[in-house]
Amino acid sequence: MAYTVVGKSVRRVDAVAKVTGKAKYTDDFSERNMLVGKILHSPYAHALVKSIDVSKAKALPGVEAVLTYKDLPDIRYATAIPGIIEAIATDDVTVAELKYGTAGHPYSLEENHRDKEDRNILTRKARFVGDNIAAVVAVDDLTASKALKLIEVEYEELEVLTSTDAALKEGAPLIHDDCEGNILSSHGYEIGNLEEALQESDHVIEGEYETSIVQHCHLENQVSHAYVDSDRRIVIMTSTQIPHIVRRIVAQSLGISWGRVRVIKPYIGGGFGNKQDVCIEPLNAAMSLAVGGRPVRLELSREEAMIDTRTRHAFKFKIRTGINNDGKINGIHISAVSNTGAYASHGHSIASSGGGKFRYLYPTKALKYDPITVYTNLPVAGAMRGYGTPQIFFAFESHIEDIAKKLNLDPIEIRKKNVVKEGHVDPLSKNTIRSCSIRECIDKGRELIKWDAKKALYKNQTGDIRRGLGMACFSYASGTYPVALELAGARIVMNQDGSVQLQLGATEIGQGSDTVFAQMVSEVLGIPMYMVHVISTQDTDITPFDTGSYASRQTYVSGMAVEKAALEVKKKVLAFASSMTDIPAHLLDLKEQSVVFKDSGEKVLGLEVVAMQSYYDRVNAEPITSDVSNNARINAIPFGVTFTEVEVDMKTGKIKILEIYNVHDSGKIVNPLLAEGQVHGGVSMAIGYALSEQLLFDEKTGKPLNNNLLDYKLPTIMDTPDIGAAFVEKEDPTGPFGVKSLGEPPIVSPAPAIRNAVLDATEVAFNRIPMNPQRVFEKFKEKGLI
Amino acid sequence: MYDIKGYYDAETVSEATALLAENPNLKIIAGGTDVLIKMHGGQLEDAELLSLRKIKSLEKIDLADDGTIVIGAMATFSMVFHNTILKDLIPILTEAAISMGGPQIRNIATIGGNVCNGATSADSASSLFALNAQLKLESKNGERVVPIREFYLGPGKVAINPGEILTEVRIAPEDYKGFAGHYIKFAMREAMDIATLGVAVVCKVQGGSFEEVRIGLGVAGPTPLRCLEAEEYAKGKKISSDTLAEIGKLAVKSTKARTSWRASKEYREHLVEELTQRALKTAVVSAGGAEVV
Repeated sequence: MAYTVVGKSVRRVDAVAKVTGKAKYTDDFSERNMLVGKILHSPYAHALVKSIDVSKAKALPGVEAVLTYKDLPDIRYATAIPGIIEAIATDDVTVAELKYGTAGHPYSLEENHRDKEDRNILTRKARFVGDNIAAVVAVDDLTASKALKLIEVEYEELEVLTSTDAALKEGAPLIHDDCEGNILSSHGYEIGNLEEALQESDHVIEGEYETSIVQHCHLENQVSHAYVDSDRRIVIMTSTQIPHIVRRIVAQSLGISWGRVRVIKPYIGGGFGNKQDVCIEPLNAAMSLAVGGRPVRLELSREEAMIDTRTRHAFKFKIRTGINNDGKINGIHISAVSNTGAYASHGHSIASSGGGKFRYLYPTKALKYDPITVYTNLPVAGAMRGYGTPQIFFAFESHIEDIAKKLNLDPIEIRKKNVVKEGHVDPLSKNTIRSCSIRECIDKGRELIKWDAKKALYKNQTGDIRRGLGMACFSYASGTYPVALELAGARIVMNQDGSVQLQLGATEIGQGSDTVFAQMVSEVLGIPMYMVHVISTQDTDITPFDTGSYASRQTYVSGMAVEKAALEVKKKVLAFASSMTDIPAHLLDLKEQSVVFKDSGEKVLGLEVVAMQSYYDRVNAEPITSDVSNNARINAIPFGVTFTEVEVDMKTGKIKILEIYNVHDSGKIVNPLLAEGQVHGGVSMAIGYALSEQLLFDEKTGKPLNNNLLDYKLPTIMDTPDIGAAFVEKEDPTGPFGVKSLGEPPIVSPAPAIRNAVLDATEVAFNRIPMNPQRVFEKFKEKGLI
Repeated sequence: MYDIKGYYDAETVSEATALLAENPNLKIIAGGTDVLIKMHGGQLEDAELLSLRKIKSLEKIDLADDGTIVIGAMATFSMVFHNTILKDLIPILTEAAISMGGPQIRNIATIGGNVCNGATSADSASSLFALNAQLKLESKNGERVVPIREFYLGPGKVAINPGEILTEVRIAPEDYKGFAGHYIKFAMREAMDIATLGVAVVCKVQGGSFEEVRIGLGVAGPTPLRCLEAEEYAKGKKISSDTLAEIGKLAVKSTKARTSWRASKEYREHLVEELTQRALKTAVVSAGGAEVV
């Protein structure tokens, strides 16, 4: 379809605000006499708190409050904080004992569909190094830091379980008393008859693959401030992807009614899933309550944020694949062990979601997925861009490459032979593949990297520097349907001049959603971009309900709500114009700030004339607004591929990426420049995942070794090659304007593509990432190459 | 917020040494890129700081009449990198300077601070070792000059006495004239990183043979070090891949690498052997020798 604004690389709506520093982030806001909160983290990975003495800390001048699990303010009782918040609950559980889940999922009315509730605001049992034992509120940062050192805690150390193997061992201590065997869940799926499918196959090939713990490293660390307002409600301003969910979880953590909490989200400096979780807000609220509702700021340092927020789950995979001589896959069995760390957070959803999104790429007669998610005494793993798919696709796209090599099949042809076709209905989710251009993506990538010419050139290399090519495919989803609720809200108010305010529940987190939503409104209403004012700040008191930004759902799911809201405004404008002109509304359209005849395009009325009339007509005045909610009970499956060329230093073990292209089938691209930026970001994150990033811990004590940006090897721009982004645009019939998701997809396939390119260059298969120089050296040594 | 109890700044060296003599607890701060990190990490509490940032005379980089290169201790890494004298005469130092941190860090971090911080990973150290740098230290009672090899005592420990300030880094003409060199920083990243190994070599070539070779290594032991056995071996040897291979092997003998989570001893030693040869190969060509294949 031909569009005017959709599909154009219009400038970000927040570009000027961000470049000039006018855009305000949480830390830019201040309340008068704001106090500072700080957390006392456990130095032990697994220990019981025997006693805490806070008297010295309390005595330090400038310290306003010290909190421990024993004395969390219990605002449910009138006596707890007189005059601030009245009693609203009467059960016997104290706030200290109240357990809550932190994952940023929509609430579920079905109890068995809710996240595991295993967290206290402050704990009496440390489950990882960094766990929250106590907290102080003081007049300034330095005083708070000094007070932390004065808190005396006596611990009883317990056996530390840093690996899933240790946690699964018979007789291992329980990290959570109610979780037998430290297994959070082992729910998987089976389609078809696996053993039969394997028996029918010419070959059954096995492989083992492993991924590491990495961290989001968003530029802005977790930061919030909280206070009690004149309406005696808790107000929290926070850097989050999910303001409405924060409201719910803070209320749950304090045992109060949800309406008692108001959450405001200003501009945010990145999240990548780590802010699809509720890490600091409950404690921040408790800190404010502990000082009579005065404002308290809680900001994590980088060192804290890297261990005491969330990480990416490390996985170990075992795969068996039954395949025929011609390359047709009959059956796949994937076993996975996922390390979720000390608390559930998103927990088993990560393993489930990875296994779910994987299913779309290569439909086979039989597929069995056996994941288990295991508690360990490591930092908590949660949501991170890709949500389980970078792990499973690293494993399987490495595995299929190994199969191709073993059976002497072309790695591209083997994939083409097995990838899904349009019309396929997933047997479990019942989602239908309504658009699929994976084959075209593969062809485009192959051409971009000059695959065939280079493949011929790099045959039989022997020198110290060798080059190779690799590729890998992926499938994803647009939102979470049918697993979770996909509700989105949008509201439009038309001003007297025909310009509009657009209010959204979906959060702009840097990905550019505000801009693409504005483009959609501009397109539907026939007004230029500058007449669409996006209210970027979410405030749970005002903002339409939407569960937030995650799951690559905004353009697709929230886009549906935006389109719906814009269409409703359009309908109202045309009806009003019709009432002014007696021309039937169905003959009218909106174009270039005017009401026009649909067929000829001839101008009928200026939009501003209709808008003015809607405000001030003595009889018919009714300003034009819309306020809609959309429940997307549908999904669209995006696909894509990475092609890359690497150079390996056979002596030092250094791997350099020479070229890398991501080709995406994400349906219609609303803003090509923003889409390209999304791909650049995802690919660069994936390069770190493949080559350098890994959070390291002392195996015995669970102490973090590199929770800072010097020792954690996040690639710099100097380590990032030029990244090629390309799109095969085929509109999906279900998406607004034909879109499918693009937020997370770019991170999924580069790591296995890089691994496969290294295999091509060196004949060495790396089944564990990151492939950092130390590991490459060890492997080369083992293979006799050094 | 930093835990700073007191802050003094001097405008001349004599003012600084006087302040230091009065209060031996003063911690000298130059660019601050190490001191502030220590404060952030809680290793330095209730700090009383003496800043040298206003002493402009210490930023000078000069060539003395006798050919001695004199680098003021407060010269930043950016100044070192952009200085034409250093670029012409001792490019292994400017290469080392540009390998350090990122632009913001290089604009504020000083060469004197880098040396006095005493880290084996100091980006300037392997080059300064290979160049036989001399350090001028001044105090209220006078001055002394110490060869850099005697200055590094252990991790974070340098031979600076209470009351002393490092004012100059000096390189004598006989230590650089006629030499060509090469510097390799081997790190996990191309910027903003600590070296896994720093290799600086200088050599003098005469008729296809090494007249002299000096090899400085960073992160190959608790302090930066020189590979004296390899250097001794190289003297007068015909330049060939065999000679380089032997130099690489002997260089490892001078190291005291250890295994840490950053890299294993075995890998570090392998890098010493490999990168010493690579650095020398490039240096030989710069020194007018034939390419070693």
